[in-house]
Amino acid sequence: MSILHTVNKSPFEKNALSECLTHSMDGSAILLLEDGVYAAMQGTNFEADVKNALASKKVYALGPDIKLRGLSNDRVIDGIELVDYAGFVDLTESNDKVQAWL
Amino acid sequence: MKYAIQINEGPYQHQATDSAYHFAKAALDKGHEISRVFLYHDGVNNSTRITSPPQDDRHIVNRWAELAEAHNLDMVVCVAAAQRRGIVDDGEAERNGKDATNIHPAFRISGLGQLIEAAIESDRLMVFGD
Amino acid sequence: MSDIKKFMYVNRRAPYGTVYALESLEVVLIGAAFDQDVSLAFIGDGVYQLKSDQDSSEADQKNFSPIYQALGDYDVTKLYVEKESMEERGLSLDDLMPLTYEDEDDDWAEKDSIRVVTRDEMKELMEQQDVLFNF
Repeated sequence: MSILHTVNKSPFEKNALSECLTHSMDGSAILLLEDGVYAAMQGTNFEADVKNALASKKVYALGPDIKLRGLSNDRVIDGIELVDYAGFVDLTESNDKVQAWL
Repeated sequence: MKYAIQINEGPYQHQATDSAYHFAKAALDKGHEISRVFLYHDGVNNSTRITSPPQDDRHIVNRWAELAEAHNLDMVVCVAAAQRRGIVDDGEAERNGKDATNIHPAFRISGLGQLIEAAIESDRLMVFGD
Repeated sequence: MSDIKKFMYVNRRAPYGTVYALESLEVVLIGAAFDQDVSLAFIGDGVYQLKSDQDSSEADQKNFSPIYQALGDYDVTKLYVEKESMEERGLSLDDLMPLTYEDEDDDWAEKDSIRVVTRDEMKELMEQQDVLFNF
């Protein structure tokens, strides 16, 4: 049993990321998409939280949404895996349910 | 794998319906099945055929309609949410005495039970919203 | 489908400011007819949905809080409210509507529908589900 958690909010605007981080079990997967991808970048106030999560959880970010926002893949926090929409679909297969932190 | 997809936000206002579309397309490309797309809350606005975006922008409603046609998708608009927001088909127009309809023929209006049923019958429920 | 799935409706929004809480509740009511194993989770601002004394008399909106009190009649009897979310908002169980149901397996004894759980317990509950509904 494992959950794919999705976060589509900027951590600066809403608490979806922190609620996701505090409500996800070790070993679960977190996908950052839409404005959620801002949390994937180095140098933000949330970098420490994300790095902390990476110690026990898998974190993914949606590449097309990073590119759309003018962000650089090179500036993504080490350990976060970039996926495209096909990779997003794969994550919904390898986990048995999805929790969308809207 | 069988997916049910729920969309909670309207077109052009929020990226949710774009994300849902790209997810659906990727899933279909991989040979998965989408048992139903269910439009709820402001998501019902994705079904109005009189949408006219600027020419250089994506046509979100037609894009869904084309995907639905190509893959025979069941595109369901929640009746309660649709009534609140003025999304009308022939049946609703007649029942509620409305002087126009605006739903795209690729969509149908039905009850919330369709969402529950899709969640029961699918392997995954995907929710896209604000 | 004869299989019963474990459905959890995850409520994280305050009522009235947006329509999500109301329209989520409408799904719960309709879903009750499908005989699944249903529970509701109240996390974050979702706990405000259960605040007692909601009064729409000076606002032209529908007060839908009585619907929560009717959930027991629809066999929706597991409302998990997160302790930390209440505490963060200066709320305790006394601030919430008393919600009860009659337990048919226990001689129709009246029981509380609200179950206060810790964040860790909530995490476990979410893991145990088959489908998580979000609005």
